[in-house]
Amino acid sequence: MGSSVAEIRASSKSLLASETSRKSASTGQVIRWLVLFTGGVLMVMPIAYMISTSLKWPHEIYNLALVPNEPHLENYTYVLEDGRFYGWFVNSLVIATITTISNILFDSLVGYTLCKFRFPGRYIVFIAILSTLMIPTEMLVIPWYLMSQAFGWLDSYWGIMFPGLMTAFGTFLMKQFFETVPDDFIEAARIDGLNELAIWWTVAMPLVRPALAALAIFVFLGNWTAFIWPLIVTNSVDMYTLPVGLSSFGDEADVQWELIMTGAAISTIPTLVVFLIFQRFIIRGVVMAGLKG
Amino acid sequence: MYHRLSIRQKQIVWAWAFLAVPIVFYVVIRFYPTANAMVISFQNWNLLGDRTWAGWANYAKLWNDPVFWKVFRNTFVYLLIGTPVSLVISFAIAYHLDRLRFMHGFLRMLYFLPFMTTAVAMAWVWRWFYQPVPIGLFNNVLATAGIPQVEFLRSTTLALPAILAPAVWAGLGFQIIIFMAGLRAIPRSYYEAARIDGVSNWTILWEITLPLLKPTIVFIVVFSSIGYLRIFDHVFNMTTNDPGGPLNSTKPLVLMIYQSAFTDFNMGYAAAQTVVLFLILLIVSLVQLRILRDN
Repeated sequence: MGSSVAEIRASSKSLLASETSRKSASTGQVIRWLVLFTGGVLMVMPIAYMISTSLKWPHEIYNLALVPNEPHLENYTYVLEDGRFYGWFVNSLVIATITTISNILFDSLVGYTLCKFRFPGRYIVFIAILSTLMIPTEMLVIPWYLMSQAFGWLDSYWGIMFPGLMTAFGTFLMKQFFETVPDDFIEAARIDGLNELAIWWTVAMPLVRPALAALAIFVFLGNWTAFIWPLIVTNSVDMYTLPVGLSSFGDEADVQWELIMTGAAISTIPTLVVFLIFQRFIIRGVVMAGLKG
Repeated sequence: MYHRLSIRQKQIVWAWAFLAVPIVFYVVIRFYPTANAMVISFQNWNLLGDRTWAGWANYAKLWNDPVFWKVFRNTFVYLLIGTPVSLVISFAIAYHLDRLRFMHGFLRMLYFLPFMTTAVAMAWVWRWFYQPVPIGLFNNVLATAGIPQVEFLRSTTLALPAILAPAVWAGLGFQIIIFMAGLRAIPRSYYEAARIDGVSNWTILWEITLPLLKPTIVFIVVFSSIGYLRIFDHVFNMTTNDPGGPLNSTKPLVLMIYQSAFTDFNMGYAAAQTVVLFLILLIVSLVQLRILRDN
């Protein structure tokens, strides 16, 4: 009897305890939310200040206020009328787009072949491609430069693009995802008389669309923001990409900070907008690429 | 001809047909340049004159170059501050963000946005922040608060962390997302069992969460280390008037490579540095994989 009374007491005590802990947990949640919210606001502050300054007049850029007194787009008109930023934007867009398409096609074709075909040499090819992941870009820029010089690729779109047309990362990522495509589907298509190219394109590719999207995001972002190789391979202002152009623009004598911020905003806003539109999708893609790649 | 082949033989033909162009690409654009870089590192060459064999002279020069040792140290300072700091901050944020439902997606977006920015653009934004009064944001804030000015980018001690800050900032979002995915993958039942046993949150964190997150942690440590060892965009753009300055105090190895190759046109010397960079990346990744996987 005594023991059961003690049990009841103990359990009622633990009930009470859990109730108070629930209450304190909810205040804890509020604090947690406020701290994380403040941190999140601080995280976007540099972006917010960049955009806000690009909308300010020269006399108020040193004002700490985030919201401009008289927001205007003159800086954008000025920077774009100059023509250089417009050209750099087009260069970056063309290069990032073509490179993305190339990676989508070739990385998935190679990944598919290594995943679904049985042929002598398969393992060696796979290991050889995988091993290039260990080689840093910086080690290759000097030979690439010499190669570009020898073949006349300096200062051209092709020169900027050729090193990134295929990536081992993308190949590996796609190979992982093609593992999820059942062999039966491919076998069935073969029996239907489709050739191998058609099977890859019409049967396998649609089944790995999410992975293709993840790959596209990574490749596009990587090429849109790429700096060191475009810096090395271009030498005329017309051929600069946005990052290289921005870097040289910021370096010019007596360029005003609000104009630099405008240039920075021009190169940053497109990717931010794309992110805001496809947010869920992009985050899922990043996780997939990060964990599988 | 083709029709006479067996199904297996047809597959072999198709496979090599699919791989033909990529194999040429990997040989010409990846393997040949790798070998070429190693060969050039044993040569003297200024791009215009003749290439002459230098033996180990470029490596000996590197060994005796005080700037190289300064740069070597800087590179590891970027790594040794950047990796742990970003790891701890991103884990703390992911751990708490994972427990919030209210406006979860919005908060996650705030933390992730910097990852979508261009390093060069944000390097210029942060460079502006660091300027002295009346220009720079940080010093203006300090001035308003009555705190003495800080010469961020002109100080030989503060410039490196000042340049590292935007690099850490931009990478946090990615690490947070990866950590949250890792946290989600831990089965709820583990936590419930621990809670029934009356284990404290702190113990749960150390005894359950962190050990189960090990693969995620290994991935983030290796991935971010490689990034910090290869830092370039931020340094180059925040110190353009004296790249890697003041007094080489912020210069990382990649910037030294860039300058040796494309400012001094000392191709052999630069190539030797790239080989060193390659070895550093290889050794650091292997050591981290071994340490983090084993214990």
